[in-house]
Amino acid sequence: MKHLLSTADLTKAQAIELLDIAEDMAEVRTREVKKLPTLRGRTVVNLFFEDSTRTRTSFEAAAKRLSADVINFSAKGSSVSKGESLKDTAQTLEAIGADLVVVRHSASGAPQVLAQSGWIHSGVVNAGDGTHEHPTQALLDAFTIRRRIHGSSSRGADLQGLTVLIVGDIVHSRVARSNLWLLTTLGAHVTFAAPATLVPLAIDRWPVDVVHDFDEALAVKPDVVMMLRIQTERMRNAFFPTEREYARLWGLDQDRYRGLKPEALIMHPGPMNRGLEISSEAADSAQATVLEQVANGVSVRMAVLYALSALPDADILGRPE
Amino acid sequence: MDAVLMQAADIDRALTRIAFEIIEGNKGPEGLVLLGIPTRGTPLAARIAAKISAASGGVPVFAGSLDITMYRDDIARNPLRVTRPTDVPSTGIDGTTVVLVDDVLFSGRSIRAALDALSDVGRPTAVRLAVLVDRGHREFPIRADYVGKNIPSARQERVSVDLAEVDGTDRVVIG
Repeated sequence: MKHLLSTADLTKAQAIELLDIAEDMAEVRTREVKKLPTLRGRTVVNLFFEDSTRTRTSFEAAAKRLSADVINFSAKGSSVSKGESLKDTAQTLEAIGADLVVVRHSASGAPQVLAQSGWIHSGVVNAGDGTHEHPTQALLDAFTIRRRIHGSSSRGADLQGLTVLIVGDIVHSRVARSNLWLLTTLGAHVTFAAPATLVPLAIDRWPVDVVHDFDEALAVKPDVVMMLRIQTERMRNAFFPTEREYARLWGLDQDRYRGLKPEALIMHPGPMNRGLEISSEAADSAQATVLEQVANGVSVRMAVLYALSALPDADILGRPE
Repeated sequence: MDAVLMQAADIDRALTRIAFEIIEGNKGPEGLVLLGIPTRGTPLAARIAAKISAASGGVPVFAGSLDITMYRDDIARNPLRVTRPTDVPSTGIDGTTVVLVDDVLFSGRSIRAALDALSDVGRPTAVRLAVLVDRGHREFPIRADYVGKNIPSARQERVSVDLAEVDGTDRVVIG
């Protein structure tokens, strides 16, 4: 595995191995010396063409805990889009000596272009591209679910038989897409609940049930409810009449929260719009995994950076001896 | 052509002898922590710890594991190695005598990595090394304190240790 572009590229065995490695990376956090020498002398470039605090910080923490050198490149306000200038930027970073490039871009497919164009030789990690994919977010979500469900016996486990409900702005959500592929690969059953205006057109070809009524979707008592952020920055049309109406029809409010089964997980990729897609009661409950997701993000990204630093093109199933 | 060099009974006798040598070297079972290097060092450490404990009137001896995957010097030259859990006493290893346990001692690179990994976990008073098989061909100035069996081998030969906990059977094979 040289690049991580989409969770659709991961086999079940590969996904489980990444999650297993992340388990051991999480253990490092409990030590006095929270650092591993694994990527000493290597350079990880965070190439962020789009605003992000938590993902960039998380990748930076992950790279630093593996002793890599980190260069942060942010193109805020730049008019860089796909094509020549992306190429020039990437080639400049490679000339600086980047071994791995973590890229976030507002254009769907930009990381694929970087990985497959032959412009650069470094490994590429997709840290979110447009409305397409955000694979490390899906991995950390799967990791969080697996840890909550299986606890200390998580190693090697999949998510067979779990029902996961993903709610809200599906059409703009790379998190929903990446989660759909990964959670399905791991054996979970995914349902989307969203107003018809926030569901992508080609959805009937995806392995997912779509429900246009939140309460109907909750009636089957899902194991996991993942609330998506309303992405006002990507909305150029009126996708719903008012925020108040959205909150009433699609928000995880007090009543809906209290109707969940007691062990159901409440997830949110952050940042949360409290009072819009999620109520404070739900967000601050013991069932909510929001802060765990952030902490687990570092472990999962350490696993990904490590995995991409092994001999490229090698089978990820390489045995430890 | 594969030849079996140690059978289950040979392995058991070697581990018993190592257990007694550890007790003798440590002047008792106190302050001992046995850490196996995964995969096969881990069950060996557990077996030796049980023998030390049994020979010392049931004094508990901690047996855990120390994963060295992230400390190897050849990460970019090899296919991805999956990490294994590191399991050390919750009270830490400071002030203890750690006995590292591995199945085969060859180049010494694994032990080099293990010493690095150990220093990130804590600061033991002393570190010892116990191996079931020493096959020679060292690339580092490292030697074992406790050896189950010395097996002179050619560099290109393959010495493999099978253990019941991992492989379903106990034996040492050269081929």
